[in-house]
Amino acid sequence: MPLATLISDVGAPSFMERVIFGHSPLPWQAALYDCVLVAAVFLPAVSLIAMFGIWWERKVAGHIQSRIGPNRVGPFGLLQSVADGLKLLLKEDLRPRDADPVLFRLAPYLAFTPAFAAFLVLPFAPDFTFEPRLNVGVFWVLAVLSVEVMGVILAGWASNNKWSVYGAMREACQMVSYEIPLGIAILVGVMAAGTLNMVKLGVLQSGGLHTWLIFRNPFTLLAFFVYFVASLASNKRAPFDLPESESELVAGFHTEYSGLRFSFFFFAEYAAMFVIGGIQTSLFLGGWNDPLGLIGYLHPRLAQAWAAHPSMTSGLWLFVLNCAAVGMFVLKCLSIVFVQMWLRWTLPRPRIDQVLYACIKVLLPLSCVLLLGAALWQLLVPEMALQPWAQYRPWNPGDWSAHGRLAAFVVQCVLAMVGAGAFMAVIGWVAYAWMTGRKIKQRLTDPAPIADGVPLAAVGA
Amino acid sequence: MTACLAQISSPETGFIASALFYLFAIMAGAAAVGVVVTRNVVRMAVMLMFTLIGVAGLYFLLGAEFLAAVQLVIYAGGTLILIVFGVMLTTKSPFARFEPKMAEVVVAVTIGLVLLGAMILAISPANARFASNPISAGQEYPMARLGQALLGDYVVPFELISVLLLVVMIGAAYLAKARKR
Repeated sequence: MPLATLISDVGAPSFMERVIFGHSPLPWQAALYDCVLVAAVFLPAVSLIAMFGIWWERKVAGHIQSRIGPNRVGPFGLLQSVADGLKLLLKEDLRPRDADPVLFRLAPYLAFTPAFAAFLVLPFAPDFTFEPRLNVGVFWVLAVLSVEVMGVILAGWASNNKWSVYGAMREACQMVSYEIPLGIAILVGVMAAGTLNMVKLGVLQSGGLHTWLIFRNPFTLLAFFVYFVASLASNKRAPFDLPESESELVAGFHTEYSGLRFSFFFFAEYAAMFVIGGIQTSLFLGGWNDPLGLIGYLHPRLAQAWAAHPSMTSGLWLFVLNCAAVGMFVLKCLSIVFVQMWLRWTLPRPRIDQVLYACIKVLLPLSCVLLLGAALWQLLVPEMALQPWAQYRPWNPGDWSAHGRLAAFVVQCVLAMVGAGAFMAVIGWVAYAWMTGRKIKQRLTDPAPIADGVPLAAVGA
Repeated sequence: MTACLAQISSPETGFIASALFYLFAIMAGAAAVGVVVTRNVVRMAVMLMFTLIGVAGLYFLLGAEFLAAVQLVIYAGGTLILIVFGVMLTTKSPFARFEPKMAEVVVAVTIGLVLLGAMILAISPANARFASNPISAGQEYPMARLGQALLGDYVVPFELISVLLLVVMIGAAYLAKARKR
């Protein structure tokens, strides 16, 4: 299946546009449809993700600290975030007298809007991507996330508060330095893929576990981890949460914020966590594809069937497949978000000089070595370099042996097996910890021990 | 989104494209005026950011996606943060104000007018050339070709610029160190 046919040409209507409007919508219809999509699907989805993320973070924190976490409002405390949101809506919107009035008000929007804009290129499914034809997809996400930092810095500066300014300065230091290893780690993945378009990235990795870019060569495997660490730092997630380190700076850059403006910063942080997971998923972890490559196998066939005979049944099947792909993508993103939360509640926070040391003296040289290594790898162990990109069929071993590229294929398979093994080990570890935790919790809730038939409390011990 | 962004030349999409063009152009222009008029340095930086975002939007309208993203990453994400960071590090008062002298204003206005005239002179013949032979915007932007050009045909100037930047960086570090003593 040539890649070119999998991505519609510029201006061609997307799957949903064709379903709704018939064959090709008028320009104003397309524009209206895009606006409605953003307002009715993306904005609620981003808010839901952020609210669910906050609830989940508190639950994870509770479990890690042997507590229960929110459990009063709604089932499992699920509506806690809604209640908190309502409370924040009703709080007074305070502004310090000496704060910069314009910038203080502007900063929360500047922090939230970019995180929202980044969602527009995330490839949720082959046909459910808002902008599948943006050829600089990965780069676009990097660009808007770097604008987000401006919001945080301005919030700190405009508050006219020493803690806030410290937070803002740390954010600036951290972001400017960690953006470099972040970009280079992304570059290693992009070099292996040969494209920045996020839908093409997904299609490229549609052949099962061994075609995922993380297993493409040893350097992308390492780049995956470099990216993860750098993305934590650039999104000010713990252990790199120095801009708001609450044990020393009260709340860092958002010390002076209250009410809805305060909640915007939270929404921005959780939306950015998901976006970062989304880049990692689509660049390294196969995007919307499942480990067996079923979605990648079925989608071209169903899409072709629908293009040939646009009937109710074929459209429905394509729709269901896309929904499954969305599920897969969101599942992967949420697993990465979970690891981010897990780290936050287990690792202590380093000092700012240690954070910068880790970037400039460890991550930066490491990522440069990875970049060189990945370039040399492309030179010495070429994978299907003779094949035009459009005919790349990673799931067909016959192709590889025919072109004498068996070495690259074997490396990918070995790496995929190692990766799958590591993944299973982590899952097993989590399951083991969960079981142990349950046992401990059960012991804690057992009735109080009784000494000589008299409850300890009665003895006064 | 591309349906309205990419086919800027086609008559049906003309209205949406021109509406977006005026939106971005007004945003860039108004914010640029704001940069000049504002006295507060950090507010200037924010105005500059809106100018840069507006220009990035114009690049998107022209189909130059890579240029737009680079604009955001390097200027909005890098340079501006460094400007604000520098202000935060160096100012003594909470809100640094910028009070230019009359002579500085005169010199700046003169240089600005001269540059504006030069640009108009340079653009108008090019404009006539484009009018007779319009570039069809919205074609797939040749990212690969851009990369090949940078590391192929133009590799010497590209590397020279990198070396120049390195020299500038070393020089800046040296000057900063010398001032400390």
